[in-house]
Amino acid sequence: MTRHLAQRIAQALLVLLAAFTVAFVLLQALPGDAVLIKFLGSEMGLTADQIAELRVAYGADAPIWEQYLHTLGNFLRGDFGYSIRSGVPVSQLLTENLPSTLRLSLLALAAACAVAVLLALLSQVEGFGWVRAVARSMPSFFVAVPVFWLGIMLIQVFSFQLGLVSVIAPEPWEELILPVFTLAVPISAPLAQVLIRNIDAVFGEPFVAVARAKGARHQWVLWRHVVRNAMPPTLTMAGVLFGELLGGAVVTETVFGLGGLGGMTQQAVANQDVAVLQAIVVLSATAFVTISLAVDLVMPLLDPRLSRAVSAV
Amino acid sequence: MDLAARLSPAPATNTSAPLLAVEDLAIRYVSGGTSRRVVEGVSFTVAPGEVLALVGESGSGKTTTAQAVLGLLPANGAIESGSIRLDGTDIAHWPERKLAALRGARISLIPQDPTTSLNPVRTIGSQIAEILQIHGERNRGRIRARVLELLTRVGLEPAEMRAQQYPHQLSGGMRQRVLIAIAVALRPGLIVADEPTSALDVTVQRRVLDLLDDLRREYGTAVLLVTHDLGVAADRADRVVVLRQGRIQEAGPVREVLAAPKSEYARQLLADAPSLATPRARPIAPPTAGTMLKVAGLTQLYPMAGERSRVFRAADDVNFEVRAGTTHALVGESGSGKTTTARCIAGFLRPTSGTVEVGGTDVAQLSGEQLRQFRRKVQLVFQNPFASLDPRQTIGQIVEEPLWNFDAVSRIERENRVRGMIERVGLPDSVLTRPPAALSGGQRQRVAIARALVLKPRVVVLDEAVSALDVTVQARILELLDELQRELGLTYVFVSHDLAVVRLIADTVSVMRSGQVVESGPVETVFHNPANDYTRDLIAAIPGSAGAAGKAAP
Repeated sequence: MTRHLAQRIAQALLVLLAAFTVAFVLLQALPGDAVLIKFLGSEMGLTADQIAELRVAYGADAPIWEQYLHTLGNFLRGDFGYSIRSGVPVSQLLTENLPSTLRLSLLALAAACAVAVLLALLSQVEGFGWVRAVARSMPSFFVAVPVFWLGIMLIQVFSFQLGLVSVIAPEPWEELILPVFTLAVPISAPLAQVLIRNIDAVFGEPFVAVARAKGARHQWVLWRHVVRNAMPPTLTMAGVLFGELLGGAVVTETVFGLGGLGGMTQQAVANQDVAVLQAIVVLSATAFVTISLAVDLVMPLLDPRLSRAVSAV
Repeated sequence: MDLAARLSPAPATNTSAPLLAVEDLAIRYVSGGTSRRVVEGVSFTVAPGEVLALVGESGSGKTTTAQAVLGLLPANGAIESGSIRLDGTDIAHWPERKLAALRGARISLIPQDPTTSLNPVRTIGSQIAEILQIHGERNRGRIRARVLELLTRVGLEPAEMRAQQYPHQLSGGMRQRVLIAIAVALRPGLIVADEPTSALDVTVQRRVLDLLDDLRREYGTAVLLVTHDLGVAADRADRVVVLRQGRIQEAGPVREVLAAPKSEYARQLLADAPSLATPRARPIAPPTAGTMLKVAGLTQLYPMAGERSRVFRAADDVNFEVRAGTTHALVGESGSGKTTTARCIAGFLRPTSGTVEVGGTDVAQLSGEQLRQFRRKVQLVFQNPFASLDPRQTIGQIVEEPLWNFDAVSRIERENRVRGMIERVGLPDSVLTRPPAALSGGQRQRVAIARALVLKPRVVVLDEAVSALDVTVQARILELLDELQRELGLTYVFVSHDLAVVRLIADTVSVMRSGQVVESGPVETVFHNPANDYTRDLIAAIPGSAGAAGKAAP
């Protein structure tokens, strides 16, 4: 078990290194650099020589592999460098922006899971055929809703027309209601879909027939046999979706005017702020890798067959 | 309700009254707007303590009838007319709530496939305990005691340890014992056993059926035994009902029906079922024929998961020779190494050591283009004709594909050869443009044979090629294989777990166990005069070998 854990962690670190490297190469491949963007077009009236000097000062003239090793070393020490645009340390930008995005994403994931489970349970109610039908059609409807449109519509309806949720100078919790919902809806769709499909599949398994033959009723079968068997694929899906959530946060934060990684990413891209972008890529990769590691470690608790595989590796 | 009261033997019933009486039952399935009657006019009774076998091939309605008795028809199935009386009460149209109370307590089920019939994420103990909990037992101490008692009774010891285990930690036979423990837990009056041992090896099958017999006698339980295997019915049932396409063909005491079947279909079924009593009609192969296949010292090792120093010997020093134009059978139970050996012969697996010579070429030394060219000499036919044909190709394309890969011949020539081959395996021309889904299992297996033979191979490896087929279909395919062999001078390697079939089709046989050949020789010798204990066990375990006459009167 410990050996398996060590292997998985080593793999995770390798993925992070790869993400760092790919991001570095791609960002370097961009035409121009932040130094040029900042000083060339500006009204400072710097000469080409002066810009060249600045480039030396920022280390932008060193050979690429040297820059790579240098940046990697800094990252390993927890030093993400300075934003070229604002001159502020990237780590400071992250401390300012990360918590709100993380809070938004985690709340949205929780809400999405709740919606998905609700739809999945509704898709299995006895009698009430129309409830089942509606619950089953919701995921494809949800997935078709564009995030930006949903956000705008929610503000229109709940804030401006009904006046239920204030968007101007809201309470901290009030500020989050609509964005969380906006973000949760499209994420809940694939989750609900996977969950419904798995529950249906498990209901067709021979062991469910055996449970019925023991005299078990529908609810008993659902809760004691089906749910736990339908969980593992859904959990994997949730892990993947959490990564997407971080991306979805960009649009949502923009629509609702929330500060966070979204706005920070948007600005960094506009300015080719390589140091900031590099840090964001590595951060996202870390989130992704951590989540999938967590999913992998929880899985054997849900399915004992996997714990055998783990101990056997 | 008090469990102790339930666990006491059922009150003595009037023995003249049947426990179960099915009368004029008709069941209809609705799917995609079309509705089909799958069971019609079926009537039978089961007396307390009696074993009644429902025998039939796929589509006979035997499983549907059994499901109806349990009240567990699929959602698209419905009882159209007729009655199902349990202890005199018609339960055919009972609501789910009332049926659920009955299931497990008065009627229980032993399902077909033990590997998928237990919940993989719950322990054995909790799954046995469940049936007690469903029917009202709340006392943990009593539940635990009963679970351990049941585990011990079905031979799963030490019971404390077994109760903690998960299904994947047990073998198929052990899992079926767990399912039997569940089925008898509340001492029901009737157990519906739906092909209870079809997925098990013969020796395991015999032990599991013996256990079921013992428990049945001990508890006075009646059994409705659903099976495709006449041998199992002959050995285990008192009376038999033969079904075909939803209708009863014949019914009566097992001995009478098997000794002197009155209906045409029962006669056919009996004639087609391979058993040790069926006379062999294979001509002795000319001793002059040269060796086509020679396997020498074949060993296939796999590293054991987790333990680097240990290896698993899938095949361990396997030796045999097959003369051209004859059939050599590899028989054994699951894990015996027969499929590993077959895969080495077909060149899909490179043995760890040893040689496989086909017509003088050592397969183990070939690679790349040589190996690819070799494949035209050795072709494979697989067990499952539903999975081995690409559902998106037409039959014509399926049979033609090998020609594309090996022979640069004209389109006309290819079409002629495909057409000829399809005709040769006994299929009409019209199938050429159809997809596999439009064909029955037997027809698909004919297509698989046509695909294997279209390249004119020298050796055909038949990997359980008739195991998934109904007996009447199986008999026709075996006849076809026999004809083709004589006509084309083919050499067969016939991999099977079914000794009765092997005896019919093979000239020589290797009996395998745990990767080793334990006995090898001409079929007559091995079957009539087995030198090895394991071979004797295998032969004795074949259902029906006791013979209908051998069954003790109830």
